[in-house]
Amino acid sequence: MCQDNFRDKEEAEIISNVEIADNVYRMVIRQEEIAVNAKAGQFINVYCKAESRILPRPISICEVDRDKGLVTIVYMIVGMGTKEFSDLDSGDRIEVLGPLGNGFKIKECDESIIVGGGVGAPPLLELVKNLPGKKRVFLGFRSGSFLTKEFEKYAEVHVATDDGSVGEKGNVVQLMEKVGVKGNMIYSCGPKPMLAAVKDMAERLEVDAQISLEERMGCGIGACVGCICKIKADNELGYVHKKVCKDGPVFDAKEVIF
Amino acid sequence: MNTSVNIAGIDFKNPVMTASGTFGSGKEYSEFVDLNRLGGVVVKGVASKEWLGNPVPRIAETYGGMLNAVGLQNPGVDVFIEEDIPFLRKYDTKIIVNIAGKTVDEYVEVAEKLQDADIDMIELNISCPNVKEGGVAFGTDPKMAEYVTSQVKKHSKQPLIVKLSPNVTDITEIARAVEAGGADCVSLINTLLGMKIDIYKRRPVLANRVGGFSGPAIKPVAVRMVNQVYNSIKLPIIGLGGICNGEDAIEFILAGATGVAVGTANFMNPRTTVEVIEGIERYMESMGVKDVGELIGGVE
Repeated sequence: MCQDNFRDKEEAEIISNVEIADNVYRMVIRQEEIAVNAKAGQFINVYCKAESRILPRPISICEVDRDKGLVTIVYMIVGMGTKEFSDLDSGDRIEVLGPLGNGFKIKECDESIIVGGGVGAPPLLELVKNLPGKKRVFLGFRSGSFLTKEFEKYAEVHVATDDGSVGEKGNVVQLMEKVGVKGNMIYSCGPKPMLAAVKDMAERLEVDAQISLEERMGCGIGACVGCICKIKADNELGYVHKKVCKDGPVFDAKEVIF
Repeated sequence: MNTSVNIAGIDFKNPVMTASGTFGSGKEYSEFVDLNRLGGVVVKGVASKEWLGNPVPRIAETYGGMLNAVGLQNPGVDVFIEEDIPFLRKYDTKIIVNIAGKTVDEYVEVAEKLQDADIDMIELNISCPNVKEGGVAFGTDPKMAEYVTSQVKKHSKQPLIVKLSPNVTDITEIARAVEAGGADCVSLINTLLGMKIDIYKRRPVLANRVGGFSGPAIKPVAVRMVNQVYNSIKLPIIGLGGICNGEDAIEFILAGATGVAVGTANFMNPRTTVEVIEGIERYMESMGVKDVGELIGGVE
């Protein structure tokens, strides 16, 4: 029966799927609707072919090409599902659903600070493309780096690695302190400790910050209530549980309790 | 072809509903499925006041299934009545409200608050494995199960479904107890208690250590229990546990279910409910079944 007005999983053609760093892959798929509708910071559900793996994998959108209908995702192999994705080749097909979640709110301002850590960096690329004004990007990795050249097309890029293999040795927050940052808005995505440090820094600098959180998800569409985070609220406890997938993944840093 | 069924005096256009906790309050799925097509929507469990639920991680995938330890996070029955019922009432589907509590009084309080709400049925959740008090404690002791059923029945206006836990030695004993307590229907199964360990961290994956196991992997257990309960009580049964398609639903109906509910499969594909309805219709057509009622308990 016809359900034209309803959203559905879509089968997308894989255009390319290549390893860009150790266990980190960049996959480009053709899926026009997602390409046209996606905002920076949103994600897609990617479904496994193996029936034993029942849950979708939420993966952030790295870049879109609206004209060609292409969507780029960058993911790391963290389990059997992402391993399965890494084995796919161009020409293969994959089921996806999206775009999902709320993206970054682009603020018209003179200077933006963008902070990414590890596989938290990819969703910031589409953002950086679309941000007006001056933008400075700070990226942190454990070892090695990826996507830095892509970011350099649009912004000034600073890199830190834990082992010093690329850029400055140390973490990205230390790098920001060393370089010195100023601006009107911080946009960030990465591991929780990094986001907590970014939140502290934003408060010190009295700058607003939007941070993209990650949590283990079940459905990706706000139904299972698996992926919650603590958000400040005016109640006895001082917080409520919000859903990362549906209420986020991007939140105002001031509201997030780590 | 007739797909409609009557459960405890309520007419459902088809046997397919949603499993509590997998479909929010319907809103989340309204952009994926036409809620008008569903027999009923069983909403996420509501308690007398807001529950925050358990810490994260709350979800873990397992082979052919998943574990969850959400812990019945919900905004409380007042918010539910104000926001969710008006939304669902815009659709031509039955509304079944799953109620949770830590004490008998709390269950009764929710049922009382729902007395004048525009809903069709109440589902009493005495089988959630993820809350320490109440929940499953009531669902694993026949005396307690009968008592809480009778108290809630006394204070509710709508027909009462009692959702049964599979984490018992003999599910028919609990089914008979809630029948004696005045239940109008039983639904089964809730999730099976499970655990997953991260062998590299040597820690449970879920913050709650254990969680409810659901998904296609549990279906044979659920079908067996539905059939056992069908053979031991007179109440209508809503069968659930791993239903992903029309064939799965038919299996439950043949085992003795009048209604069926789709749970974890909603996460696998947000359109599963509608696909299950279409699958049931296709089966009926190909097998020459004119009324879905002919199939209930039809296993030899």
